[in-house]
Amino acid sequence: MNLTLKIWRQKNAKEAGNLVTYPVKEVSPDMSFLEMFDVLNEQLIQKNEEPIAFDHDCREGICGMCSMYINGRAHGPAQGTTTCQLHMRKFKDGDTIVVEPWRAEAFPVVKDLIVNRSAFDRVISSGGFISVNTGNAKDANNIPIPKDDADNSFAAAACIGCGACVAACKNSSAMLFVSAKVSQLALLPQGRIERESRVLNMVRQMDEEGFGSCTNTGACEAECPKEISVENIARMNREYLMANLKK
Amino acid sequence: MSKINSKIPEGVLETKWTKYKSSVPLVNPSNKRNIEVIIVGSGLAGASAASSLAELGYKVKCFCFQDSPRRAHSIAAQGGINAAKNYQNDGDSTYRLFYDTVKGGDYRSREGNVYRLAEVSANIIDQCVAQGVPFAREYGGYLSNRSFGGTQVQRTFYAAGQTGQQLLLGAYSGLERQVGLGTVKMYSRHEMLDIVMIDGKTRGIIARDLITGKLERHFGHAVLLCTGGYSNVFYLSTNAMGCNVTAAWKAHRRGALFGNPCFTQIHPTCIPVSGDHQSKLTLMSESLRNDGRIWVPKKKDDARKATDIPEEERDYYLERRYPAFGNLVPRDVASRAAKERCDAGYGVGTSKMAVYLDFTSNTLRYGQVEANKRNLHNPTAADLKKLGQEVVKEKYGNLFEMYEKITGENPYELPMRIYPAVHYTMGGLWVDYELMTTVPGLYALGEANFSDHGANRLGASALMQGLADGYFVIPYTIGSYLASDISTKAIPTDHEAFVEAEKKVQEQLDKLMNVKGTKSVDHFHKKLGKVMWDKCGMGRNEKHLTEAISEIKTIREEFWKDVRIPGIQNELNTELEKAGRVADFLELGELMCKDALMRKESCGGHFREESQTPDGEAKRDDDNFSYVAAWEFKEAGNWELHKEELVFDVVHPTQRSYK
Ligand SMILES: Cc1cc2nc3c(=O)[nH]c(=O)nc-3n(C[C@H](O)[C@H](O)[C@H](O)COP(=O)(O)OP(=O)(O)OC[C@H]3O[C@@H](n4cnc5c(N)ncnc54)[C@H](O)[C@@H]3O)c2cc1C
Ligand code: SF4
Ligand code: FES
Repeated sequence: MNLTLKIWRQKNAKEAGNLVTYPVKEVSPDMSFLEMFDVLNEQLIQKNEEPIAFDHDCREGICGMCSMYINGRAHGPAQGTTTCQLHMRKFKDGDTIVVEPWRAEAFPVVKDLIVNRSAFDRVISSGGFISVNTGNAKDANNIPIPKDDADNSFAAAACIGCGACVAACKNSSAMLFVSAKVSQLALLPQGRIERESRVLNMVRQMDEEGFGSCTNTGACEAECPKEISVENIARMNREYLMANLKK
Repeated sequence: MSKINSKIPEGVLETKWTKYKSSVPLVNPSNKRNIEVIIVGSGLAGASAASSLAELGYKVKCFCFQDSPRRAHSIAAQGGINAAKNYQNDGDSTYRLFYDTVKGGDYRSREGNVYRLAEVSANIIDQCVAQGVPFAREYGGYLSNRSFGGTQVQRTFYAAGQTGQQLLLGAYSGLERQVGLGTVKMYSRHEMLDIVMIDGKTRGIIARDLITGKLERHFGHAVLLCTGGYSNVFYLSTNAMGCNVTAAWKAHRRGALFGNPCFTQIHPTCIPVSGDHQSKLTLMSESLRNDGRIWVPKKKDDARKATDIPEEERDYYLERRYPAFGNLVPRDVASRAAKERCDAGYGVGTSKMAVYLDFTSNTLRYGQVEANKRNLHNPTAADLKKLGQEVVKEKYGNLFEMYEKITGENPYELPMRIYPAVHYTMGGLWVDYELMTTVPGLYALGEANFSDHGANRLGASALMQGLADGYFVIPYTIGSYLASDISTKAIPTDHEAFVEAEKKVQEQLDKLMNVKGTKSVDHFHKKLGKVMWDKCGMGRNEKHLTEAISEIKTIREEFWKDVRIPGIQNELNTELEKAGRVADFLELGELMCKDALMRKESCGGHFREESQTPDGEAKRDDDNFSYVAAWEFKEAGNWELHKEELVFDVVHPTQRSYK
């Protein structure tokens, strides 16, 4: 099939960017979205133009590196799917596709479709862990955990840190991402010891990074490639309230 | 004198590590504060080492080329991690894990290292659970296990099909905790491009800030390379796009010997290639072989749909050839068996280069178990299928989804089509028992070293090795070196060695940018990959390897004459990054072929067609090849071979049999 792409080009963080139109021919429906970009980039290189910079690594939907805002949706039209796992069979011959970077104050554009998501790392380093030094641990089966708790914790832990939730939210809120980590640890007995300081610190850091507030639109859950549930946000709100009461 | 001394402690196997630990020199806490350690890589090996060393008090700098340490390729591991916990009471033990690993590696690894690995394996699970890694559990609240290829016990711990993700996020959280405490400084989007040596010791690295393109100098009393494997030399592999050999290769060029470069693992269960646009291959975890049965039609070129082929016309060739292990034979054996069937004309799918992985019979079996649990009497076949599918979904849901996204086919209804693909590299920087390379102060951990898997790695043991190296080995062994280095003050980076190293890196970047040729980096990478796959892949022979060596030389020359890198050097330039990596692959590929040519025996994943048993199994030659091949770099295209003889005191090498 033949497509028309309108892609955000921006030289670096300082200069302004704009959408540039590129035709792409002979796209196979079996290609992934990023493989279609490979084909386009190969064409650009042939013309001695600079290829489009985009983030990607695993191409298996797990590293969270890919991040394209496709036709107005974070990671494109397919439910529960990262950009790298989106396949061209989801598009039709003759389609025009608009591709932009994540847009959020806390995720400044680095170049073309690449943004800086280091704010997420700083949120984790403010409290998204259990303080256990190597060698401290006792036998793993000394901490039996009800299967439901373990499963719910796992479901929250499936977050890949891609930032689509922030990009999808009109307030650029990071609540889904932060709450997924808070929930994962709050659901486990090992994690409960630090639950109060954890939620307070992570929320404080989240605010400092310039993420917006949550107005419960649910856009994050709808666009999250790992289908992380907004129930986590409710759980985090409870954790936060409790922690504040105890302060 | 030989350049290599493996430094395996004396004494009986079972006490080597304990004795070592209690006698290794220590660095006292106040000295640790003044010692700086550079860790390149933030995967399981790098992240676990960084947090553990920082907890001990060292000043750590950690580097990765992705935008966050959490995205290291370890994240993609699916199936599980082994540990000799014997929670299932099925006869597992440290010794059995050790034995399985040595045998699985086809007797080309060191007993001392492998025993240590098996010994610390149990601590890894404890550590991870304490960190909040949500492993799969049974209804009673205890940890669940499954089995993996090459073993007959259930010792694999897992988190659905996302084990690597959960383990890495655990290690990453430990790392970020130290970043928060100020004991680790993290450098994301940085690529190490050389090591710096002063008076014969490693004293730092040169790294490129991938956003500004600027080169940076970093001092360290020791440098740890935790930079992963080099499967991408084949262009198509299951590895992430960015995986590369550059860090290890730069170290190799500075004198670190490279161990067993030709030992690569071809994984039997991957989604087959769909066309020329293919950029990578996707693994379907080995754990699926627990519950799936592999088959091809008994008739050649059978065009019927899989579900229309009756049971008696299917050839479950693994079960037929290897009745004792069946679908759970090790990877190298399973891969070659698939290739054999496809080459003989029994392959399926449009390309005929695929076999079926079928879940029907186990789905029904699970359905029956579930029906019993729920007290359902006389369930219909449809009930059983539905109940069974729920169980399968819980175990492998994300893998099935991934398969459907990529192929457009529903694996709950149709068997998966799979074919072997390059997956892991057992070869890597040669290291001694302390994980030090032949360059003093330079260590290699995780997939980047050659150490524990011999000629074939068993499933679920790379995660184990990466975390063992980082959490439980290096914190002890590094003391042995640093204890004698406490009086060395941080060396200013205007030292001439830093200047010289930076200049060399700069020259290479200039050289790449100045070729201004006509072909993209990918063009050369694909060409190299094809030669490697065709001639240094699942089956290797003297003629092909000799050809490959000269073909790779030609591609390398063309690359340096005709590669085109648009853009400029001093900014984010993804083509320039790729070009540097491919330039190194073009040297490594040649060494791999040379190593494969030299090793005239077959062993593990290295199958020399000239050396096989009458029924087509790999035939080892212990009299002539029971050694680690450690190659010393002289100049591009010229290496000297050193041999480390392997001594087996405890397990006696026999012809590996899974029949
Ligand atoms: C799809 C897949 C599934 C797998 N499943 C399993 C499994 O179920 N069980 C199992 O045991 N094993 C599995 N493996 C193997 C296992 O995942 C890897 O061997 C292991 O994770 C490697 O870890 P590592 O820490 O050595 O390296 P990696 O995780 O690859 O990390 C490398 C790090 O080095 C950095 N780096 C590299 N070069 C440079 C440079 N020049 N400068 C700066 N930084 C650099 C990278 O940024 C990264 O942080 C799987 C592998 C694949 C591909
Ligand atoms: S919550 Fe979902 S969208 Fe947000 S970072 Fe995690 S995986 Fe991405
Ligand atoms: S590239 Fe890793 S999630 Fe898309």
